[in-house]
Amino acid sequence: MQDYLLVLASEIYKILFLLIPVLVSVAMIVWLDRRVWAFVQKRRGPNVVGPFGLLQSLADALKYIFKEIIIPASSNKVIFILAPIVTMTLALIAWAVIPFSDEFVLADINVGILYIFAVSSLGVYGIIMGGWASNSKYPFLGSIRSAAQMVSYEVSIGVIIINVLLCVGSLNLSDIVLAQEKIWFVIPLFPMFVIFFISALAETNRPPFDLPEAEAELVAGYQTEYSGMMYAMFWLGEYANILLMCALGSILFLGGWLSPINMYPFDIVPSPLWLILKILFLFILFALVKAIVPRYRYDQLMKLGWKIFLPFSLIWVVLTAGYLMYFDLLPTV
Amino acid sequence: MIAHAIFFYIFSFIAVISAIMVTVSKNTVHSVFFLILDFISISCLFIMIGAEFLGMIMLIVYVGAVAVLFLFVVMMLNVAHQKNTFFKSTHGSRHIPIGLLISLIIFFELVIVVGGWKYKPDLINSISLEISEVSNTHSIGYVLYTDYIHLFQLSGMILLVAMIGAIILTYRKREGLKRQSYFSQISREKTDGVDLVDVEKNKGVKIDV
Repeated sequence: MQDYLLVLASEIYKILFLLIPVLVSVAMIVWLDRRVWAFVQKRRGPNVVGPFGLLQSLADALKYIFKEIIIPASSNKVIFILAPIVTMTLALIAWAVIPFSDEFVLADINVGILYIFAVSSLGVYGIIMGGWASNSKYPFLGSIRSAAQMVSYEVSIGVIIINVLLCVGSLNLSDIVLAQEKIWFVIPLFPMFVIFFISALAETNRPPFDLPEAEAELVAGYQTEYSGMMYAMFWLGEYANILLMCALGSILFLGGWLSPINMYPFDIVPSPLWLILKILFLFILFALVKAIVPRYRYDQLMKLGWKIFLPFSLIWVVLTAGYLMYFDLLPTV
Repeated sequence: MIAHAIFFYIFSFIAVISAIMVTVSKNTVHSVFFLILDFISISCLFIMIGAEFLGMIMLIVYVGAVAVLFLFVVMMLNVAHQKNTFFKSTHGSRHIPIGLLISLIIFFELVIVVGGWKYKPDLINSISLEISEVSNTHSIGYVLYTDYIHLFQLSGMILLVAMIGAIILTYRKREGLKRQSYFSQISREKTDGVDLVDVEKNKGVKIDV
């Protein structure tokens, strides 16, 4: 019995050691997003609370905590309350398998990439539940849109992951990183990296694909009826998902925790820091795209997903498989 | 081992309860949500017996795609407002004996299969691969692409035919629809769109569009 409790305590300690930094960095990343956005548009952005406005997210969080939670009278109350919880939970549990260095990973499971893919495909339920339970037109339209959008782009992300897996021969995320010791997959699979980045934008409902919450047509989409802490949970979940997609992109294509050059000044940097730097790099790209690209029309979005990305990445699977087969480079199991 | 048993009973309890709730809950959308809960707890059970690949694929395919489409259809058809009164109405209760018969048949089939495992333990080992060394993703791959390649391809073809059939049945060509063509948009020149006309004073000019 003592052993069980010890194991349990150490596991909880490890989980907190991972989750608290993730939550804090989600708060900071919101600030960074707004600053980059403002920088591109020649504004100042949040710069009042704390040095450089660093504590802005904290102030926002306090405001959300003390605001009243309004539950619409005609809503489906249980599902209405469950929806933000589902979004937040799913955004956080996926971090369990992200490897930060060769020993620092919470759960080094065999099917790590499938786990992340499954969790991110469950993410659509938070949005659908929120939209349906609000029992109002705009949230419902927003959730219907997002269901179609996220299911479509998941298909192309799946095919892109197959491309990487062909080169690795394992579903384990640590193995995927270690397979990139010679060359990062961004170089041989560059078109796939571009498509992955764009699909990740669509998967996380970021601009230019933020149609589920297009404010010009749908007020705020599925979030319209939410207020206070429940809205904040949607919002935190969304940013945690964006960070997760950045982490996945850096693990699949940018070599995870590996340093770019395996030489003296680079290899003294601790490996988790490399992963964090790569996540930050991808996130700044996300923020730049938000600032400079106008929103897509819905039919253009669907056309891009099904008629361009899916066939292209399928053709690339055939090409990669053929190349690996012909030059006898297939990974040994 | 105790922890394993506790988790097994938690997940199987949730699975059974939510499966019952799928059929008895009044709201159709709630039924679909309970179905999703059922899928999730069953995939947890798969993971617990060491079939992590099957569990994840179950989550991705059934929960991530199929159940989303279920939910989509149920919401769009607006059947959420038709309360499910199957068991109360005299109309529905006529079908209960048939349902009971079918579920009895399925139950006895399961009993036969499980009994086969119980009393002839060598049945399982004789056909399956030695899976102690390779992970189950690899072993599924080995079996699926060697021994069962034709069945695998055949099931893929059946799915493809079903998909094409569904598209053909529901497709209708609509006339007079304006479609965006990127090529004609981009290849438009200044000479196609702009025309400089000398206008005579007090006469005006007639432009045919």
